[in-house]
Amino acid sequence: MTSTNHHLKMTRISLAFPGVQALKQVSFEVKSGEIHALVGANGAGKSTLMKVLSGAETADEGTIRLDGKELSITSPRDAKQIGIDLVQQEVDVALVPYLTVAENICLDLLTDGTMTGFVSQRRYIQRAKEALATLQADISVKTRVKELRLAEKQLVLIARALVQERRFLILDEPTAPLSQAETSHLFSVVRRLAERGLGIIFISHRLQELYEICDSISIMRDGQLISRHALTDIAKEAVVEQMLGRQLTTVAKTSRANATNVLTVKSATNADVRDITLTVQAGEVVGIAGLVGAGKTELCKALFGDRPFQEGEVQIGGVTRRLRNPQAAIQAGIGLVPEERRKEGILVADSVAENLTAAAAHDFVNRWGLMDRRKEADQASQWVKELGIKVTDVKQEVGQLSGGNQQKVAIGKWLLTDVSVLVLDEPTKGVDVGAKQDIYRLIDGLAQQQKGILYATSEWDELLTVTDRIYVMFDGRIVHETKTADTSEETLLWYATGGGQR
Amino acid sequence: MNEVVSKRTNRGKGLRPVLGFLNDWGIVLAILALVLFFATTAPTFLQGTNLINILRSISIVTIIAIGLTVSLTVNGFDLSVGSTATLASSFVVSFFVWYSLPLGVSIGLALLLSLSVALVNILLIVWFKIPDLFATLATMFIVEGVAMTYTGGGSISAGMPRLDGTPTVGTIPEAFAKISQAPWIIVIMLVVVAVTHVFLSHTRHGRFLYIIGGNPEAARLTGIRVNRYRALAYLIAGLLAAIGGILLASQVGSSQINAGSGYLMPAVAAAFIGSSFAGQGKPNALGTLVGACLVGILENGLVMLSVPYYSLNIIKGLVLAVALATTYARYRKK
Repeated sequence: MTSTNHHLKMTRISLAFPGVQALKQVSFEVKSGEIHALVGANGAGKSTLMKVLSGAETADEGTIRLDGKELSITSPRDAKQIGIDLVQQEVDVALVPYLTVAENICLDLLTDGTMTGFVSQRRYIQRAKEALATLQADISVKTRVKELRLAEKQLVLIARALVQERRFLILDEPTAPLSQAETSHLFSVVRRLAERGLGIIFISHRLQELYEICDSISIMRDGQLISRHALTDIAKEAVVEQMLGRQLTTVAKTSRANATNVLTVKSATNADVRDITLTVQAGEVVGIAGLVGAGKTELCKALFGDRPFQEGEVQIGGVTRRLRNPQAAIQAGIGLVPEERRKEGILVADSVAENLTAAAAHDFVNRWGLMDRRKEADQASQWVKELGIKVTDVKQEVGQLSGGNQQKVAIGKWLLTDVSVLVLDEPTKGVDVGAKQDIYRLIDGLAQQQKGILYATSEWDELLTVTDRIYVMFDGRIVHETKTADTSEETLLWYATGGGQR
Repeated sequence: MNEVVSKRTNRGKGLRPVLGFLNDWGIVLAILALVLFFATTAPTFLQGTNLINILRSISIVTIIAIGLTVSLTVNGFDLSVGSTATLASSFVVSFFVWYSLPLGVSIGLALLLSLSVALVNILLIVWFKIPDLFATLATMFIVEGVAMTYTGGGSISAGMPRLDGTPTVGTIPEAFAKISQAPWIIVIMLVVVAVTHVFLSHTRHGRFLYIIGGNPEAARLTGIRVNRYRALAYLIAGLLAAIGGILLASQVGSSQINAGSGYLMPAVAAAFIGSSFAGQGKPNALGTLVGACLVGILENGLVMLSVPYYSLNIIKGLVLAVALATTYARYRKK
């Protein structure tokens, strides 16, 4: 790490991929000691711009200068030598799980020639300890990385960037998987690094966070730089407007709940969650609040029969059901939109039509026992319209769609099976602001059709916008129930952090 | 492995449409080129009897390869198909020669007993969660050994005494030998290909197999009974391998040691070559048939050109390497 004053400047960067102009004449700058926010909807080009800076992509046009001197960055190795490093969002991809923390941290030292020949464990351990100490991270350097928690892996990744001399560090959505406590620890680390003279580029979808930690902001849209401000000069609403290119419309919540319970759970327990009692009415959107690790995902999976309840009772539409496995849950009328969209929710390599009909395939079998392809395509295009999925053709691969459209497909899959209860686990994770609005609207529409919705999320503002009623989870239990109209972020957070516990 | 051979994507300007076309129809072009080459260098190549000969010779490979294809759809891999074929051929011949069982009973019993291999595979893969390749590598050796032990380490043919000296009285029925004659063996092959094609491409069960191959976790959370379908895939692979083995016994008229193991490699080649057929980008029955044709034509033509049989494996192995290279190169680009 150096403490001198550097000025990194990208000028008129353009980059085209086949069929898309990913970057159009983008200029961007950051200085030592600055924490600079880079925001934009998905597809705005912020990741591409950072790939150019970190050497993963090479620009068609434009220059990158450090202190006025033009740089040639054509590979990640070039960038690292100059002192620019990127901490990836997908920490698991960047680390080697069966190597120790120390070995992972020193990985780049092996490749750049700092450590050559016989390298003793002691040297690894020493360098790694130093790097972790600057982060004030309490992680044993001899642990294997696969045994670490996500937040710890992220710190290891940052330590790995810092073990060499760094001038600029790019953090790509570092807080997305972190709990609140972990986030605030990360922030103190980032602040300390900035004080030491590192320039930091901070990519995030969570605007609140940016105001907490960043000094200045660059906003991108459609491959262009829209504006650059000091964060004290621009209001949150204005940032969102510039990201979207239009005003944010709030979803008007209409009363649609009807007093019949579609889902009743009584004292249900399994290895992950305990003593769950809850109800969902037809037409009601019920929030499951809680921090990361509170048991939200586990509750969702239990309701879907994936990790079944061992005790307690579940009634759907007034009938007691045993949800032994996902098939039983689907038959009972429950659908799950899982948290890990690409891994669990959609079939990346299959078409939109095949994804939409996957759970309802038996409805598309003709009397010869064969799949009725025409009926499938017809129904799929109808649903694509209804759900507002942006595709050119229902035969398009789902993997090619944006996160928001993928999520609409994951939700749409259950609408073809006519579920009465839809469980959504972090449905807006990794989805940009515009698509979030679409998903809220979609959920509102489902509630109006008298479906019961369970909506699990750790985004407080989302709970307050979307839901009618909220259950707060802490340590695998439901600790609080409230009408959304009667609560606030502070109250929810109080219970979610165990405030109501004696 | 249909995750690996995932579908072709966007075709942009310039060379891409050409490359895309080559990718989708390259096998057909290769077959045409081979036919043209052999037709000019070996005059008898294009004669009707030789073409029938080629179809006959690829029938067994195709049937075994189709079974392998089904295991590939769930992103599995059944290495034990060759030794399953050996086992089935030992069973069926022994039933005729040692026990003088009637035709139908012998074939039925041989198929049934050979399915036990699939059950072991299912136990190892679905129950013990051993990766497919390793599990079936183990069963491949086990079954090879079982077949050899059962036959007493030798071949079985009519009139030959058993290893302990017991004389045998059974004979191989004439009708059994007929099965492997043209046109029957070709008809059986085409029926297997057609039925499997319809099953994989036009039923929801086939759809589910591909979905499982693409993403088992998402498949499970869609309510698909992943384990049952994987078991089904291995059952089908085992059944078709056993049918291949019985046809093999019919063709040879006896049971030979490790007779089926030579079919593994060309079957793998056929299935992989075929996965890019017509832009499918995933293991599929029609493609496998076309892939088997390519391998069969190559082999037949080379024999006609007097390439010694012991050198053929070099060429067949190269063809497999090229097929795999094109499949995986595409994946890497994506």
